[in-house]
Amino acid sequence: MSTQRPMVEVRGARKSFGAVEVLKGIGLSVDRGQIVAIIGPSGSGKSTLLRSINHLESLDSGEVWLDGVQVNQKLHGHAFERHINKVRQQMGMVFQHFNLFPHLTVIENISMGPIILKGMTKSDAHALAHSLLSKVGLADKIDAYPSRLSGGQKQRVAIARALAMQPKVMLFDEATSALDPELVDEVNAVMKQLAAEHMTMLIVTHEMRFAGEVADRVLFMDGGVIVEEGPPGDMFRAPQKDRTRSFLKKYLSA
Amino acid sequence: MQGLDFTVVAPYWDLLLIGAWWTAVLTVSAGALSFVGGILFAVIVLYAPKIVAYPVRALMWVFMGTPLLLQLFLIYFGLVQIGIDIPALAAGIVGLGLHFAVYNADIIRAGIVAVDVGQTEGARSIGFGKWQTLRHVVIPQAIRNTAPPIGGNLIALLKESSIVSVIGIAELVHSAQLAISETFRPFEFYITAAALYYILNLVLEAALRRFERHVEVSR
Amino acid sequence: MDFSLMQRVFPFFVEAALVTIEITVLALILGLAAASLAAAAKMSKSAILRTIGTVYVSLFRGTPCLIQLFVLYFGGPQIGINLEPFAAGVIGLGLNIGAYMAESIRGALVAVDRGQTEAARTIGFSRFQTLRKVVLPQAARLMIRPLGVNTVALLKGSALVSTISVVELTYTAQRFIGSTYKPFEIFGVAALLYMIMVYAVARVVDLLDKRFAIV
Repeated sequence: MSTQRPMVEVRGARKSFGAVEVLKGIGLSVDRGQIVAIIGPSGSGKSTLLRSINHLESLDSGEVWLDGVQVNQKLHGHAFERHINKVRQQMGMVFQHFNLFPHLTVIENISMGPIILKGMTKSDAHALAHSLLSKVGLADKIDAYPSRLSGGQKQRVAIARALAMQPKVMLFDEATSALDPELVDEVNAVMKQLAAEHMTMLIVTHEMRFAGEVADRVLFMDGGVIVEEGPPGDMFRAPQKDRTRSFLKKYLSA
Repeated sequence: MQGLDFTVVAPYWDLLLIGAWWTAVLTVSAGALSFVGGILFAVIVLYAPKIVAYPVRALMWVFMGTPLLLQLFLIYFGLVQIGIDIPALAAGIVGLGLHFAVYNADIIRAGIVAVDVGQTEGARSIGFGKWQTLRHVVIPQAIRNTAPPIGGNLIALLKESSIVSVIGIAELVHSAQLAISETFRPFEFYITAAALYYILNLVLEAALRRFERHVEVSR
Repeated sequence: MDFSLMQRVFPFFVEAALVTIEITVLALILGLAAASLAAAAKMSKSAILRTIGTVYVSLFRGTPCLIQLFVLYFGGPQIGINLEPFAAGVIGLGLNIGAYMAESIRGALVAVDRGQTEAARTIGFSRFQTLRKVVLPQAARLMIRPLGVNTVALLKGSALVSTISVVELTYTAQRFIGSTYKPFEIFGVAALLYMIMVYAVARVVDLLDKRFAIV
């Protein structure tokens, strides 16, 4: 076990929507360069957990830390707004439905953050965007509008957009769930490439095979708690808990 | 009954064209004001603190519930009463601009609300603040999506601009009235003025169609 | 604010508001009739009728209502049409709003699903029966809101007839400005009465829309 400060840490996270408690005191620690896959049935709270790391959901109680800085600090009004905007610039988030900006071209989507938030010059930001697009294999699409792209291409642009902020961690919220099956692999390939570059990643996914290939650690969530966690080999071959077993049986046989 | 004779229009053709030019100037400047004002009012109604939002909502409510003609009289004569003597042209532009800003605000407000919440989350996750998200992501999309009804308001504005002739602004109707006062030929001059409005209307509609096609490409 | 002035002039304004209502109602009836004919003409099989309908709608929508009123009232005598201000106001406003309402009616008819017409025709209904029994009942509901918007526009637009000296609400307000020179008080009273009428119409439209909503 490493003794360095964890990149992402969640302590005692609780969150309810109305009467339903979706996170029941979650604790989680992710080291620098580690890749964690979060699996579980829908409604298990895995997306809510990921979204609360980015503070798209605010926890009822508990703490979220990014590289030694508390994300959900008890600040108010403008002070919190300034703080959270700074913190979010260090986290890349990739959504199930891409959330690309339809009124901007691909290169504008990617360079907008660096230009406005980091004060980068337009030419530097475009050079950066260009190299990121080459990396995700879409250098020929720089001037296209998102509506002209396939789902897989959109998601690769969305990943490039997140990478353009040079984040310390990447959060993937079911990044391939909305894609046609034949488009999933092109997105997975980009994520594998990031893994090879030792990007710290949290991946909420339904794809067990992919989780097994890419993750250092797999977390199984159900009913708002982490039921079981471990290296993918152990988890998939010999799960300890009944709930994990029955879930995996359904998914691995499918 | 004196019979019709459209040749009486010829000597006044320049006067009518100057009037048409001012109608175009009025439409463009009041249109620009109504667009900017529409965005401003929409944002205020949705996001400003109540102390600012409520008066603006009340203003919108009054503007939507009363005739433009009455609003123009109020702005023109009312400002004079409280010691602000603005030129008729300025009063006309402000009156028309505010009137249509209110209608645009109603449309843009609905457009902002209709922008997918994922767009806001996408922008916030990168680190954009509330206002940056609104300015760079939400409002541009809301305006694109509401371009047709906003364009419709501009077309209405062109025609309604005829009303400012009552406060003595020298636009197209006023030119026609001037010519009529010398020739006593209302039918010929008003029909000619109507024809000029019709042409301006066609030009504006064509321009809006082009613009909408242009916007359509980026969707 | 001179409230006693507002109180003194109020009865005159109420009377004037009744004239505004009268003009609006009469113009609305004329407008609906013109609109129905125009919509039918635009959707008919005859090319001549279609052209007539299209030209009417295009001319009246393409030019200002104010000019239409002026042509009718001031220009009318030149072609043998001598109208009182009130009659000219009703006819001018009615023909103008009729062009807009024609588009509201046509829009609603077109919006009724094509499949509905086809289904009715396959059962053996005639064109007319299909229109009366299947399309119109559905379209009527879709017309309520756009026609309501037109009616509110008509009510506010009726202020224009003050320019051809019909003694209605806006004209009365102007006359009192001349004698009192208190624009805020005078226009305030007029604005209040317009708002009561406008929001009453809007409320009725809301109720009708709810009443006929297909649940």
